[in-house]
Amino acid sequence: MYFTHACRAATALTLLATTAAYADTITIATVNNGDMIRMQGLTDDFTVKTGHEVEWVTLEENVLRQRVTQDIATKGGQFDIMTIGMYEAPIWGANGWLVPLDDLSAEYNADDILPAMRNGLSHDGTMYAAPFYGESSMVFYRTDLMEQAGLEMPEAPTWEFIREAALAMTDKENEIYGACLRGKAGWGDNMAFITSMANSFGARWFDEDWQPQFDSAEWQEALTFYLELMEEAGPPGASGNSFNENLTLFNQGKCGMWIDATVAASKLTDPSESVVADKVGFALAPNKDGVDKRGNWLWAWALAVPAGTQNEGAAKAFIEWATSNQYIELVASKEGWANVPPGARVSLYENEEYSKIPFADMTLKSILSADPNNPTVEPVPYTGVQFAAIPEFAGIAGQVGQEFAAAVAGQQSAEAALEKAQAITAEEMEAAGY
Amino acid sequence: MARTVTTNRKIINTAAAWAVGLLIFFPILWTILTSFKTEAVAVADPPVFLAFDWTLDNYRTVLERSNYARFLMNSIIIAGGATLLGLLIAIPAAWSMAFVPSRKTKDILLWMLSTKMLPAVGVLYPIYLIFIRLGLLDTRTGLIIVLMLMNLPIIVWMLYTYFKEIPGEILEAARMDGASLKDEILYVLTPMAIPGIASTMLLNFILAWNEAFWTLNLTAAKAAPLTAFIASYSSPEGLFFAKLSAASTMAIAPILILGWFSQKQLVSGLTFGAVK
Repeated sequence: MYFTHACRAATALTLLATTAAYADTITIATVNNGDMIRMQGLTDDFTVKTGHEVEWVTLEENVLRQRVTQDIATKGGQFDIMTIGMYEAPIWGANGWLVPLDDLSAEYNADDILPAMRNGLSHDGTMYAAPFYGESSMVFYRTDLMEQAGLEMPEAPTWEFIREAALAMTDKENEIYGACLRGKAGWGDNMAFITSMANSFGARWFDEDWQPQFDSAEWQEALTFYLELMEEAGPPGASGNSFNENLTLFNQGKCGMWIDATVAASKLTDPSESVVADKVGFALAPNKDGVDKRGNWLWAWALAVPAGTQNEGAAKAFIEWATSNQYIELVASKEGWANVPPGARVSLYENEEYSKIPFADMTLKSILSADPNNPTVEPVPYTGVQFAAIPEFAGIAGQVGQEFAAAVAGQQSAEAALEKAQAITAEEMEAAGY
Repeated sequence: MARTVTTNRKIINTAAAWAVGLLIFFPILWTILTSFKTEAVAVADPPVFLAFDWTLDNYRTVLERSNYARFLMNSIIIAGGATLLGLLIAIPAAWSMAFVPSRKTKDILLWMLSTKMLPAVGVLYPIYLIFIRLGLLDTRTGLIIVLMLMNLPIIVWMLYTYFKEIPGEILEAARMDGASLKDEILYVLTPMAIPGIASTMLLNFILAWNEAFWTLNLTAAKAAPLTAFIASYSSPEGLFFAKLSAASTMAIAPILILGWFSQKQLVSGLTFGAVK
């Protein structure tokens, strides 16, 4: 008897010692948003299961981008996991900067990841980052204002309908604006919206020979439409508005419609944040009548392991934990289904409980309708819906975004903005050797 | 008559000083007020000034989410270390420039100041690579060295200005009494320049405390000071203004308190030698 107890004690000690010996501390760089903060709060579950400790470095999105790019390009080795997006994953994967995530365990069920997300985070068929949550964009509208206007929002509206509804809803004297759209310069700000919108007019950034296409009729039509809509039905100072500014306006009851990231849905329908929480409707992003592409983007915040990390095993274990179905269930059990990270796994949308969330169905439809390999009508040499996944894009789109924002501010015409965009892009692409 | 004019002028000057003071302080006051609001009230339109339900929830959330004590400790060590190390190097340098100047002293002073004209981002990558090689990334030592170097020109310039005000004859007398160079600097010059050294120290401590470029770029989890703490509450996708304000208030509170208690020394030091 005594011997048995002694053996058990020895085994337990050995197991403990082994766990301690293999326990690592991993450092994760991430962005500051609701889903990521929730994950930080639940990290204890991962530590209990694996013994690994986690240290978080939370940064504002733009600071994070610059910080992790600088670290990975110089092999600084500051982070074991980086939170990156669909733009970075294929480029960094191709550069050999990331550890391939092709050996995740069978329980993880990688086949359950939404194909659009998986493709967007892969290079040559190898996934380099696992999606923590995914998003597309859609139309949020005020059901009461739409009713007052005597209109009914179809599930899949056209731009022409959006314009008609925006004009009918706009009441500038009472500070109600029919169309709240992004105008603030930045490749992830106004350019994400305008590029997606341009796709739905049949425009594209480059032809198959990497020649810039801002001088095309499609771009002219898309940008003119956008500028006119902003002038007729947009809020004042729209050239400084991006996600947060429009979210604030909508939550204050000042927007008739807002076209932006699907993740906004949970914030707009939260009565503690919004005065119009019970008057929000959802629709697919618009298209131009006759064009078979909608103006919705596709994005994922994903977790990736930089090549050369000393803690690859623990980092992969964390990614398996954080992007698994079990994690989704953990969040649902603690904070309800409305707060689970959306847009990453097929099975979430087959879940009965989740399907009761009012915006779940529209979010999935939006994500599924975006195709990063064929973002617009004509073929393109790049992947990405609201961006072109080439290293030069962020810099070029930043400059082009400035020109488009200046046009929103009334400082130049659509023609002048497009002419400059064409010149900037042509020059940068030539210098990059395309 | 003359007295009335003087009194009126005093009133106008006082009112103007208060107006400018309030204008400068208003953003800080607004940040402090916002930290006690809910997220919805923080972005309310029209803005709510005082008539809202005050809440401590933001502070509670921030304290639960972040290890404030660690960020604070890093800030104190980094800002304090950079300031002290800077003084250690700058006092002898300023002494030599003030009391035994050469023909090139003015040029050296100007050259030192010119290093401040280079945008920090211009040397980010070289310094980042050097830090990787030396294993200084995400260490307090690394940041102390960088921030000391960043502020060194200002420290030398300020001390040089103060030392120039001290009559050289006093040091000469000390020398005649047999004081060594060390004794001269430690026991004669330093005590006389205490107000100047104190204000230099305070100003550089504040500069190092608020420095956000290098502290964000050269740290990760271990050596991150309060600037990184604030940055972790900024977000372009989601409204966290009230929490961001709470984090900002917690980050600036120590330096505000320090500034409040030492304002006399700070002002006397900064205006030292201004009127002759």
